[in-house]
Amino acid sequence: MARVVVDVMLKPEILDPQGQAVQRALPRLGFEGVSDVRQGKRFELEVDGPVDDAALARIHELAESFLANTVIEDFTVKVEEEKAEAGK
Amino acid sequence: MSRTPLDTVEHATATPDVELPWAELGLKKDEYERVVEILGRRPTGAELAMYSVMWSEHCSYKSSKVHLRQFGEKAPQSDALLVGIGENAGVVDVGHGYAVTFKVESHNHPSYVEPYQGAATGVGGIVRDIIAMGARPVAVVDPLRFGAADHPDTKRVLPGVVAGIGGYGNCLGLPNIGGEVVFDSCYQGNPLVNAGAIGVMRHEDIHLAKASGAGNKVILYGARTGGDGIGGASILASETFDDAKPSKRPAVQVGDPFQEKLLIECTLEAFKEKLVVGIQDLGAAGLSCATSELASNGSGGMRVTLDDVPLRDSTLSPEEILMSESQERMCAVVEPDKVDRFLEICEKWDVIATVIGEVTDGDRLEIYWHGGKIVDVDPRTVAHDGPVYERPYARPSWQDELQADDANKLPRPETSEELKDQVLKLVASPNQASKAWITSQYDHFVQGNTVLAQPEDSGMIRVDEETGLGVAIATDGNGRYAKLDPYAGAQLALAEAYRNVATTGAKPLAVSDCLNFGSPEDPAVMWQFAEAVRGLADACQQLGTPVTGGNVSLYNQTGEVAIHPTPVVAVLGVIDDVARRTPVAFQEEGQLLYLLGDTHEEFGGSAWSQVIHDHLGGLPPQVDLERERLLAEILISASRDGMIDSAHDLSDGGLIQAVVESALLGGKGARLVVPDGLDAFTFLLSESAGRAVVAVPRSEEVRFNDMCGARGLPVTRIGVVDGDSVEVQGEFALSLDELRTAHEGTIPALLA
Repeated sequence: MARVVVDVMLKPEILDPQGQAVQRALPRLGFEGVSDVRQGKRFELEVDGPVDDAALARIHELAESFLANTVIEDFTVKVEEEKAEAGK
Repeated sequence: MSRTPLDTVEHATATPDVELPWAELGLKKDEYERVVEILGRRPTGAELAMYSVMWSEHCSYKSSKVHLRQFGEKAPQSDALLVGIGENAGVVDVGHGYAVTFKVESHNHPSYVEPYQGAATGVGGIVRDIIAMGARPVAVVDPLRFGAADHPDTKRVLPGVVAGIGGYGNCLGLPNIGGEVVFDSCYQGNPLVNAGAIGVMRHEDIHLAKASGAGNKVILYGARTGGDGIGGASILASETFDDAKPSKRPAVQVGDPFQEKLLIECTLEAFKEKLVVGIQDLGAAGLSCATSELASNGSGGMRVTLDDVPLRDSTLSPEEILMSESQERMCAVVEPDKVDRFLEICEKWDVIATVIGEVTDGDRLEIYWHGGKIVDVDPRTVAHDGPVYERPYARPSWQDELQADDANKLPRPETSEELKDQVLKLVASPNQASKAWITSQYDHFVQGNTVLAQPEDSGMIRVDEETGLGVAIATDGNGRYAKLDPYAGAQLALAEAYRNVATTGAKPLAVSDCLNFGSPEDPAVMWQFAEAVRGLADACQQLGTPVTGGNVSLYNQTGEVAIHPTPVVAVLGVIDDVARRTPVAFQEEGQLLYLLGDTHEEFGGSAWSQVIHDHLGGLPPQVDLERERLLAEILISASRDGMIDSAHDLSDGGLIQAVVESALLGGKGARLVVPDGLDAFTFLLSESAGRAVVAVPRSEEVRFNDMCGARGLPVTRIGVVDGDSVEVQGEFALSLDELRTAHEGTIPALLA
């Protein structure tokens, strides 16, 4: 089992009303110094079997056709390192 | 890092030989030469951006203008018309000091590229047109057309469009009260997403788009300006002037309905305090359009400092700022001593507002960037004196053949059983089936003034709580009819919308239209367009309902294949007391059903010919506008005097479709008798225009018949509201359960 993370963000030029709402709320809550906020989505996919090129290609395809709306969003795919040893 | 110098007017004059990418921006060679001639020099990059976008088909109406003039020339005298064609939207007097503004526009192409945002921003754009007239928006309507219902791409486009309309309208708190959904494979790849809105104001609140009074300030308010919808301008920015920039800007604009809601409230409060001299919303062509139109409609010139425009993306070039189509922005002209108060109101509503310029006493539009003058033009040459084309048009060679392919000669059902099967198939076909799955995603009743909404013949909104004064709106268009005969097709669209308004008891007053056609460079399409406009203008003149505004959408075609010519017509009507409205649903058993009007054998372009035979040919139903007017008068009188309890207009699908809808909505069946002189098939399925079916309480029968007789409207008793099935005596009976399953199951099965 391995985890693949797909991050989806609105393209930089596209208006992000949610991010703007967060940005406007920050100073009201006393958090100064943040000039822009953009909000995205993170998908964590648990993949059966090895994450080889074929598996990544498939994930790329599903991200492009389903997880992201590539007309207005960009996405990145990355494999998360095994955590077993990193624990402690 | 080397930067090319800012392309100022001075720089342009000094470098006459610099090549500009006018072709990439969509200008033709002679159009570019005309710009050079007007300016007496080559344009700067910013000027080229403005001219190219304002002289585009979308903004300049360069192919359609010569025909659209008829709407003005043939406009009937109407006391109701307060503001006609040319402003953001037309305004109509509805009595008691109230005025109503309404308009329909298209957002076809953006909705194909990105269905949700395309449709959402379509709603946003039409609502801003309404605000810009000084009115409070009270309702929206959405006439939609998609490819075949079972095509995979329809399943991509339709749910996105419907969610976008619902998402934006529901967030704004505007009820969606009408529209249509039509499927036809001709719209595959070119869905038609038209959006209409209605607004209400007092007469004295009407505002116009003009900048007058030297020294008055120009205020841009609403959302920050970003790189939305400037695919064209980025060519100018990235390839010619500054290679370091991202070369591809998205054509898609994202809407923010909550920002729009603030814009509505903020604008209306500023109107209320009489702070605004002139106002314009920013839609297509953004600041280019707003500044040049405000300046050219006013008395003076205008000076704008582009550096003051609040940006979402600091890398934007001046050309891009001028062309950006970022949503939820407006431009107001305000007297200097009222600026502070205006800005205060904006701040209260959390709307960013910035003075970006002022009205001058000259006659030039001057725009500055980083201290340099980058635009110096006569605003009229940008906004109004664009190219006008007398495009060649010719009746297509296939038109005769199409009309000769007579639908009346198609094989008809031979037995009662066959007739019954065809009726069932018809009421279940995607175009005739219930659209509740779609329309229930819209909020119909928010604000509490909705009197009628889909699936009624027209949407109706109460305007005045005290008197019950209300307005009704219906939109209609039948591309199949228009394909067979564009002149008659446009008139039939008007006749149907007019009839729909009258059927609910309202008096039709005025028209807005959205003309959806293929490429104007195709003489056949241009002929369709010319004929449709001529037909609509003639019919509006005869019915006394002026066209108050609208929009033209051309190039709706894939390759060589154009969509059916699709003029969509919205008719606005007024009703003195909404309590007198007439609904579609059968109200009480025992009431008598009457068919108003004449039924002929007319199957050209009919739903029957499409569903049963997949056929399009022959001639559309005959148009008789005097009959439509008489029918409307009868329906309005009958509603006012309480002579009818339900009424439904007859259109596609014919009488049986109307009766089935009334029966299902009312939960009461009907027994029908085929009148003498008609066969069952023609009686049930012909689509003759100028007809309606009404339910008359027995106590009113004599009075109703007398009224129709005295005014010379043919009226035939065809049955009675009764039982739990729709029965055609001597032919067949279909239970309401069976009909409901067929009628209501289709759309969810295809799309849910």
